[in-house]
Amino acid sequence: MGYDPKDPLKDRITDIGPRDYKEFLPSVIKENYGKWLYHEILEPGVLVHVSETGAKVYTVRVGGCRLMSVTHIREICEIADKHCDGYLRFTTRNNVEFMVDDESKLKPLMEDLESREFAGGSKKFPRGGTGAGLTNIVHTQGWLHCHTPAIDASGVVKCVMDELYEDFQDMRFPAQVRISLACCLNMCGAVHCSDIAILGIHRMPPMLDHEHLDNMCEIPLAIAACPTGAIKPATVDGKKSVAVKNERCMFCGNCYTMCPSMPLADEEGSGVALLVGGKISNRITEPKFSKVVVPFLYNEPPRWPSTVDAIKKILNAYVDGAQKYERLGDWAERIGWERFFEKTGLPFTGHLIDDYRFAYTTWRQSTQFKF
Amino acid sequence: MAKHKTPMLDELEKGKWPSFISDMKQEAESREKTNVDLQAPKECVDDLLGLMELTYEDKVVHWKHGGIVGVFGYGGGVIGRYCDQPEQFPGVRDFHTLRVNQPSSKFYSTEYLRQVCELWERRGSGLTNMHGSTGDIILLGTTTPQLEEIFWELTHNLDQDLGGSGSNLRTPSCCIGKARCEFACYDTQAVCTDFTMEYQDELHRPAFPYKFKFKFDGCPNGCVASIARADMSVIGTWKDDIRIDQDAVKAYTGGELKPNGGAHAGRDWGAFDIQKEVIDLCPTNCMAWDGNKLKIDNKECTRCMHCINVMPKALRIGKDTGASILFGAKAPILEGAQMSTLTVPFMKIEEPYEELKDLVEKVWDYWSEEGKNRERLGELIQREGFQKFLEVCELDADPRMIQEPRSNPYIFWKEEDVPGGWERDINEFRKKHQR
Repeated sequence: MGYDPKDPLKDRITDIGPRDYKEFLPSVIKENYGKWLYHEILEPGVLVHVSETGAKVYTVRVGGCRLMSVTHIREICEIADKHCDGYLRFTTRNNVEFMVDDESKLKPLMEDLESREFAGGSKKFPRGGTGAGLTNIVHTQGWLHCHTPAIDASGVVKCVMDELYEDFQDMRFPAQVRISLACCLNMCGAVHCSDIAILGIHRMPPMLDHEHLDNMCEIPLAIAACPTGAIKPATVDGKKSVAVKNERCMFCGNCYTMCPSMPLADEEGSGVALLVGGKISNRITEPKFSKVVVPFLYNEPPRWPSTVDAIKKILNAYVDGAQKYERLGDWAERIGWERFFEKTGLPFTGHLIDDYRFAYTTWRQSTQFKF
Repeated sequence: MAKHKTPMLDELEKGKWPSFISDMKQEAESREKTNVDLQAPKECVDDLLGLMELTYEDKVVHWKHGGIVGVFGYGGGVIGRYCDQPEQFPGVRDFHTLRVNQPSSKFYSTEYLRQVCELWERRGSGLTNMHGSTGDIILLGTTTPQLEEIFWELTHNLDQDLGGSGSNLRTPSCCIGKARCEFACYDTQAVCTDFTMEYQDELHRPAFPYKFKFKFDGCPNGCVASIARADMSVIGTWKDDIRIDQDAVKAYTGGELKPNGGAHAGRDWGAFDIQKEVIDLCPTNCMAWDGNKLKIDNKECTRCMHCINVMPKALRIGKDTGASILFGAKAPILEGAQMSTLTVPFMKIEEPYEELKDLVEKVWDYWSEEGKNRERLGELIQREGFQKFLEVCELDADPRMIQEPRSNPYIFWKEEDVPGGWERDINEFRKKHQR
């Protein structure tokens, strides 16, 4: 029984899709599906949802790493078996949720979660990530498993979350703060609508491996991949290759995605950009994009101090200045971006003025500014 | 005993936040000791740690570009990955990823997760992502010969299929929906599963110009970020009145209930002030409070969710629920980031979802025909215009679809817009107008 390499199509099963979610719902969820009336946050990381049947489900939300070993998942299963009848759930932001149907089951569950630490001393299951506070950072693969990253992902996230750990476990912010990280402009994490986005960028045009380029790449695809038309065909030492007009390069890395003989990543050239003020929700104001407020910071493994420091500056100014319910971007727009840079202490440079498509829509065309 | 010295990574074991390095180390140790007949290299996690340490020194990634691997008959679901220092780190010479289609809204039984763990410890690195950015369970790192074995075991023993990658339908995802949220305007989990099953062919066999994502948000709070991340964003909404429990409103104003479900409890914001915190923040000014009764002019409401979020026990979404359908969101590559554009203001979302399926199939036909290689739907709509897109969708223009009317007068009139068409006789013209 099992896969037979000599007859790969034997008994092949395809197109069966995912498992049916209904199999995995705890009974209190199944019984009250679509009947929920309201919810409350009892304390950071602890929610109660109340059904019209009178039933309640208590949820304990804990932060998790996106990277998770089977050993760790088995530990999560052990906890869910012990306290939650063998069910659990993951959130869209890499948090884990343990649910119980009775308040008396909460305390033992919370104590159990609280007690578990990794050998290095970090918490395995920090409770929090609810309400007007910081929730977990969603991120991409970074140096751990991606081929186009400008920065690491898991490591940077660990450093930022260590520094903001108390805010994961608190709800002192004016509104929720969503931090996201994408390790290159491809933005597998689609961080462009986050309160704070950590983005990996490049600053050097691709190197050209002329010797092998024609064998490794479809040259027309590499040429077509360039949004600014900076790549053209060229013959170098009798071999078909490409030439890049460096002054037109916008460092997007799209050519490298199509052609491995055009690597961009560099110790000096690649690093972190920070964007702020985006949001997804339609609450009060419309969804909006994040804006670049720090054009470049060096990769500083293992603890990325400059990135962590800049994020803290932004958050501190926001928490001091924003009104209740005001998202980071709404605060920045209310006080004005000139004030944002003053309050955060971040330097404003020409790199932050848009010069791509529709750039002029972001320039000030009024006399309404603040001194 | 660790195979490689990792002084820089060890710094990431410090601090309170869960350390992925500590977790990797415990997995490396477990592989060292286990009796399981490991099919992927025993030292792969050790070598991954070593490779990461080298990357932390070099500050440039050590994974090679792609590599075409997969399982027979599928064009997605497996991401090829090779290390560029295979002699030094043979355990991660080839270290491919499988995307496993997660169940809608990511509830699990421990029985199922243990099956995944058993399979992945034996046939892979034992490292996962729970979950990847699009929503799949990511099985991170195995060798080429294991891919078909894993697929066989997944489909035969776990009744579980792979997710999407490449130029195909990516694994759809949804918010928690009716399972545990009072704001869900339609059954996001049911639609997400239904669409995933209906479009298995599109999910596994790349036939599109580029990737295509469905995301299903149950309400305008947008917990799966569909408006920013999905080519087709389905966002729950309602047409009728917000349901008000006036007694509960008074309980909020009287301080018996905590505003926003207690979300602001970490700081003293003073007593709840309904005028300041709800009425004055309403983006359309459609609410009024006279100290006794809350009134909402529902016709003017744009369903931003703020008042409902603040007073979840007093206010409920309406009963005539459905969804708004928006198209075209994407990350910046290439033309800049786009959010989805409102295309169908309201649609009932009920089984078997024929109307929504008809719509998406029209959109796919158009995009497949007109889209350039690696052109996302949103970029095609920008290139050819939203009016063209409405024609494709067979929808009439509606002021709800725009932020504001155009400010330039360069309307691309069509011949049929002008009675009598465009054909004219210059000689007839000259009879009245000298040269």
